[in-house]
Amino acid sequence: MNKLISMSEAIDHIKDGMTIMVGGFLGVGSPHGIIEALVQKGVKDLTLIVNDTCYPDYGVGKLIVNKQVKKVITSHIGTNKETGRQMKEGEIEVVLVPQGTLAERIRAGGAGLGGILTRTGVGTLVEEGKRKIEIDGKEYLLELPLRADIALIGGSEVDRKGNVYYYKSTRNFNTSMATAADIVIVEAEELVEVGEIDPNNVMTPSIFVDYIVGGEK
Amino acid sequence: MDNNQIKEIIAKRVAKELKDGDVVNLGIGLPTLVANYIPENMDITLQSENGFVGIGPAAEAGKEDKDLINAGGAAVTINSGGAFFDSVTSFGIIRGGHVNATVLGALQVDEKGNLANWMIPGKLVPGMGGAMDLVTGAKKVIVAMTHTAKGKPKIFKECNIPLTAVGAVDLIVTEMGVIEVTDRGLVLTEIGPDVTVEEVKAATEADLIISENLKKMQL
Repeated sequence: MNKLISMSEAIDHIKDGMTIMVGGFLGVGSPHGIIEALVQKGVKDLTLIVNDTCYPDYGVGKLIVNKQVKKVITSHIGTNKETGRQMKEGEIEVVLVPQGTLAERIRAGGAGLGGILTRTGVGTLVEEGKRKIEIDGKEYLLELPLRADIALIGGSEVDRKGNVYYYKSTRNFNTSMATAADIVIVEAEELVEVGEIDPNNVMTPSIFVDYIVGGEK
Repeated sequence: MDNNQIKEIIAKRVAKELKDGDVVNLGIGLPTLVANYIPENMDITLQSENGFVGIGPAAEAGKEDKDLINAGGAAVTINSGGAFFDSVTSFGIIRGGHVNATVLGALQVDEKGNLANWMIPGKLVPGMGGAMDLVTGAKKVIVAMTHTAKGKPKIFKECNIPLTAVGAVDLIVTEMGVIEVTDRGLVLTEIGPDVTVEEVKAATEADLIISENLKKMQL
């Protein structure tokens, strides 16, 4: 099965109104080529699930500036003033989620779990509208799973089967997001032959990956 | 005192709270400076919420690695013996009690140990990032901040902006002193250089209990 597709074929999968997860932490580990292609194509009304909205001129921040996002579920918007401005003006809906809770909700979405219980956010605005469950005398919030139509992943080395190896701090949300979407597209920084990544080092097993783009390093 | 001297005092004093073998998370800004004052013979592992332990010094100019940043987006290095992981593991470490101490700034702290540092309604809404998980999960929560903001107190009887966590703070370190959060209230245990107890009280909205063993701040 050939998973390697062109950038335009990859972008064709992403349609107006979809929910997409994009890996990366302040742009490190993000699939920058796909993001740029999304900006060019102008897909709109997206719901974005990301750790942060990056910078106005970098990473997913460009999708915000280009007004392609109607809702963002994220832990931090402080590095992109445009997100804050659009939120104030009512142009974008921002749902702020503690970073650890975001990671676990995505993991739950990919792992077939009905939710997770966390103490994070108890007694704060984060608990509003959520069920509280007491276990061994401690209060926890029930946080529900997150899934997306598409996950966009940035891989450092990707083999033609779709196994992914991430360098250094690029792993971040990529591994969990790759499990939690109907279609998973990996942008390869470097495309390698099957077998070149030692199975011991595979961080996202190929079974999670539907398509591969890039790799012209 | 200029701003840099103030930061140096706070960072130096916080560094004294760390113990050999500790896993520590330092927040962005002032808390990051604490790393400069960790004694060389002490084995402290710094955790970076974006996915590794063993944060080393800032990357030299021209030697930045595009794949390696800290949680503030700055190019850093990783020490020998460090390890990378994903965000799920990173927050398992944070929430699961594997971080001995977290040092972070605050907009407001109150006498119940409540902390607010992620939004000012109608003004500033950067988001909580990893802060809520850190203060909930770390064994010891140290607030490192200037005692006042533009001359106005930051230590209150009760925070009046949205909280990051309830009753999470253990220790407050400012340039004016060291304050422990206890069941009895806030106890001033050390006093900063060139300040009087009256001055600390005047700069603090919350009531302060003055420790019987009040000491000069150990720097």
